Amino acid sequence: MEKEVVISVKGLNKTFKLPHENAGSIKNVLVGFMNRKRGYEIQEVLKNVSFEINKGDFFGIVGRNGSGKSTLLKLLAGIYTPTSGSINVKGMLTPFIELGVGFNPELTGRENVFLNGSLLGFNRKEMLLMYDEIVEFSEIERFMDQKLKNYSSGMQVRLAFSIAIQARSDILLLDEVLAVGDAAFQQKCFNYFEKLKKQKSTVVFVTHDMGAVRRFCTKAIYIKNGKIICNGTPTDVADVYVKENIEKASKTEKTSEVISNLHEVELNTIQKENKIILNIVYKTDNKEGASVGISVVKDGISIAEVTTAHNKPLTGKGKVSYELTTDIFNEGSYYINAALFNLENRGLLAVTKTNKSFIIKGADITRGAALKLKDTWEYSQ
Amino acid sequence: MFKHILSKRNKALLSELVRTDFKLRYQGSILGYSWSLLNPLLMFVILYVVFVKFLKLGHGIPHFPIYLLAGIVVWNFFIEMTVQSTTSIVGRGDLIRKIRIPRWMIVVSSSISALINLGLNLIVIAVFMFINKVGVLDTLPLVVLFLIEVYVFALGLSLLLSALFVKYRDVIYIWQVILQAGFYLTPIIYPLSLITNVTFQKIIMINPMAQAIQGVRYSAITHETATTSSVFGGGYYQLIPLAIVVFVFLTGFFYFKSQAKYFAENI
Repeated sequence: MEKEVVISVKGLNKTFKLPHENAGSIKNVLVGFMNRKRGYEIQEVLKNVSFEINKGDFFGIVGRNGSGKSTLLKLLAGIYTPTSGSINVKGMLTPFIELGVGFNPELTGRENVFLNGSLLGFNRKEMLLMYDEIVEFSEIERFMDQKLKNYSSGMQVRLAFSIAIQARSDILLLDEVLAVGDAAFQQKCFNYFEKLKKQKSTVVFVTHDMGAVRRFCTKAIYIKNGKIICNGTPTDVADVYVKENIEKASKTEKTSEVISNLHEVELNTIQKENKIILNIVYKTDNKEGASVGISVVKDGISIAEVTTAHNKPLTGKGKVSYELTTDIFNEGSYYINAALFNLENRGLLAVTKTNKSFIIKGADITRGAALKLKDTWEYSQ
Repeated sequence: MFKHILSKRNKALLSELVRTDFKLRYQGSILGYSWSLLNPLLMFVILYVVFVKFLKLGHGIPHFPIYLLAGIVVWNFFIEMTVQSTTSIVGRGDLIRKIRIPRWMIVVSSSISALINLGLNLIVIAVFMFINKVGVLDTLPLVVLFLIEVYVFALGLSLLLSALFVKYRDVIYIWQVILQAGFYLTPIIYPLSLITNVTFQKIIMINPMAQAIQGVRYSAITHETATTSSVFGGGYYQLIPLAIVVFVFLTGFFYFKSQAKYFAENI
């Protein structure tokens, strides 16, 4: 079935002129003109970017900070103008580059609701109908007639989000709104995204949370230095992203200081079908003995650990092996590092210079959890 | 472009922006909105004391204090609108950088809040005219035409200056100096008859603001007012100020249009 293309981007380039210093005054323009010196630097932010978004897609744009993904979003929103190339958007588009755009601290919560609503294209009559729902959702009824400057930042975000979800638009652009707020608020955001996904709304979503990409997106692109590196399913894109950024992280680790030359630990892995063999070579001159620890890391959080501390102390040089069964992991990217610890005081003696990563592929239905629990249900009636 | 100027969406946005501007104007002041009326009232008192009681200007011009007030009010509207609009695009930078909003709407919204203020000032003038028993002239409806002339002239300048201000922040200072000079080059606080050289009179009356202010006075207060047509003695020369207005408006409009798409990255 041929899907309707709602956003089509072809050969998009965007360059910015970055002024060297305060070039924004007439004196500098005149001086610069006489010296025939360029008062600015040309920066290419996006280079030949092309992609298409179909109706009903939940489209993820991922990339590290400064990769150009926010610029791309602003171009899609019509805030910036392309240097060359074309963007065709069919239908009405509402951008959320930031929550609470146009909020004025001197106005009351109520007045800000109406102002913000008008920026989403609602007139006063429509806003009056939605007003109660917005206030209820934001859970700050008591404060609606207070000035916004007396709100806590959390309250402001809640209010802004409550208005934002009222937006009725053919296409929604979301820029990392997930990044703010506490866990309960994030859950609200997730619920909203679930709803959007169920409604088959067209959403363009910029993030660097790979969990969210896997969970919500139906298509994604990965942008690096202004170019599309990967364009495909969210799983593929997230895998490429995680792999690249782990390599980068481990490369930087290499240059980091070696804690001590006296202690060394090195990790080698052999990947098999359902397991990974970890071979750890260590060297220590700690008389009391040392222990080796392994940890499995996902999204920067250690999710599983094992240590030799309860077994016999390690001294001198040697090698230990561990068999890691991988069927306990849900799909996703992980990496492993090994470290050598002082047995007495658990002080860190050495860590691996390079981390080994592995990727679990699969089609299990997960909501982003890392570990799979054993299937030991018991049924009774 | 003109098709969606008054679309439902834009109307809602414009009214909300104007509302906000107005709400914030007297934020934190005790008397609040009444300052809009108090301001011209107090100005009238000062003008009356200085120019009528001390300097004794304006002999031969009936209702001179009101004549003065009308000039000042129109001129202040011109200042308020152009100065506010010049910084409006940069001032609303948060909106421009984060949301798709027609850029001209920001300038128009700040011009509308200046218009509202002008309306309130005109009410005060009307009250004074009634108290002073200024007769209603049959030329009164012409006032509207002259005010439209001022508005279009100021809007053209606002578009031009606000777009320039995004790139060159010196613009506002230069403009303030020009306004200062304009205040003395326009017959606002002195009657035109004070200048005896006819050539100078003609040069002064080429200024659209001079034409509009004298026009308002002529049609609403007293026919003893020198107007562009009386100074030039009729003829096509009296159309020069109108030509300036049209030229400035078109220049501002097209310059603004060409720059608007780069506002977000230049602010």
